[in-house]
Amino acid sequence: MTLTVTELAIARGGVPVLERLNFALQPGKALILRGPNGIGKTTLLRTLAGLQPPIAGRVEGAEDKIAYASHSDGIKPTLTVVENLAFWSSVFGANDIQPALDAYALNELADRNAGNLSAGQKRRLGLARMLVTGRPIWMLDEPTVSLDKNAVKMFADAVRAHLGQGGSALIATHIDLGLDGEVLDVGPNKAKPKPIDDFDGGFL
Amino acid sequence: MIALLLRDLKLAFRAGGGFGLGLAFFLIVTVLVPFSVGPQSSLLSTIAPGILWLGALLACLLSLDRLLALDWEDGSLDLLATAPLPLESVVTIKALAHWLTTGLPLVLAAPFLGVLLNLPVPGYFWLVISLLIGTPAMSVIGTFGAALTVGLKRGGLLLSLLVLPLYVPTLIFGAEVARLGATGMETQTPLLMLAGITAATIALLPFASAAVLRINLR
Repeated sequence: MTLTVTELAIARGGVPVLERLNFALQPGKALILRGPNGIGKTTLLRTLAGLQPPIAGRVEGAEDKIAYASHSDGIKPTLTVVENLAFWSSVFGANDIQPALDAYALNELADRNAGNLSAGQKRRLGLARMLVTGRPIWMLDEPTVSLDKNAVKMFADAVRAHLGQGGSALIATHIDLGLDGEVLDVGPNKAKPKPIDDFDGGFL
Repeated sequence: MIALLLRDLKLAFRAGGGFGLGLAFFLIVTVLVPFSVGPQSSLLSTIAPGILWLGALLACLLSLDRLLALDWEDGSLDLLATAPLPLESVVTIKALAHWLTTGLPLVLAAPFLGVLLNLPVPGYFWLVISLLIGTPAMSVIGTFGAALTVGLKRGGLLLSLLVLPLYVPTLIFGAEVARLGATGMETQTPLLMLAGITAATIALLPFASAAVLRINLR
């Protein structure tokens, strides 16, 4: 299933940040989202995930296909690693969590409370959650933050395996993951905040 | 849905989950009342139904600010919103979990606290019945308040201000049932009103809660 974005315009806190975005995300492909801080990468991912409405344009093929990983991992500190994963697995329709534990080397940590994990271990748990969702399109917002070199490799391998199974991924990142995919550069030239006069015109 | 309910119950019973907080508050408030109004048993038995209802209501309020705020802080709420569960059922399950961990223990503890306040014997049955019917409405209304204030710094205070007025009808009719029951009078009218309010809030408010939650998550 291809995710198609046509003439999309998005806003953060009422201020338009990106306009006229056009791209398509094919099965088996990754799209790397690059751009300076504050340009609207997170806003774009949140819009595609359906958490906020776009101000213009269309998103097709996203309905119930997207697994979204935000900056925070949605981990409950008083549940164990396995309980955290098993919860998300049953919310998304009971997938086996063992492959996810294997992919991010979480087996040794399985019975630890998630609150006692290090930042990088928590991130690995957050990324392992993507594997139990069973959703074809991954939206990852700076997934490699606080990961060490080894864990970055685990992540890249997991994404590669996901792409190999016909999934796709949209990844906002500042580092090179060595993935096969295009780079979508969102730059200030595409962000055109509207003059305030236009807003007033709309209200009057 | 069951998974979410079980997770919320598990979280409530684990360390720092806040289970028992409302119950302890209810106990302390009830114990403090005879100290403040004096130990005359005739006075205490007159005010007992009202005090127990007010105490249960405030105890219910105490744990509301954690209801959605914790899930918002750690990002679970965003993830739940993108999960296959409709947000309406997420808020309903959250309200149910809140009732099971806060409302139901209050209902069960109320008769024992009634002894401390010298509640008249016919009052026990009606106190439990009225709380059993009234506390679900308090959890559902509270979830609506929590959805309105999710993401606000120090939203707990605002939450109390928003939710307390909405509790007024439940309090009026619930306490009326307990009071009439304690004096041995007919309780049918306020009981039906209380049940009606609870049924209406359970039927309608989850949609409102889900709608404001969607706006707050933007």
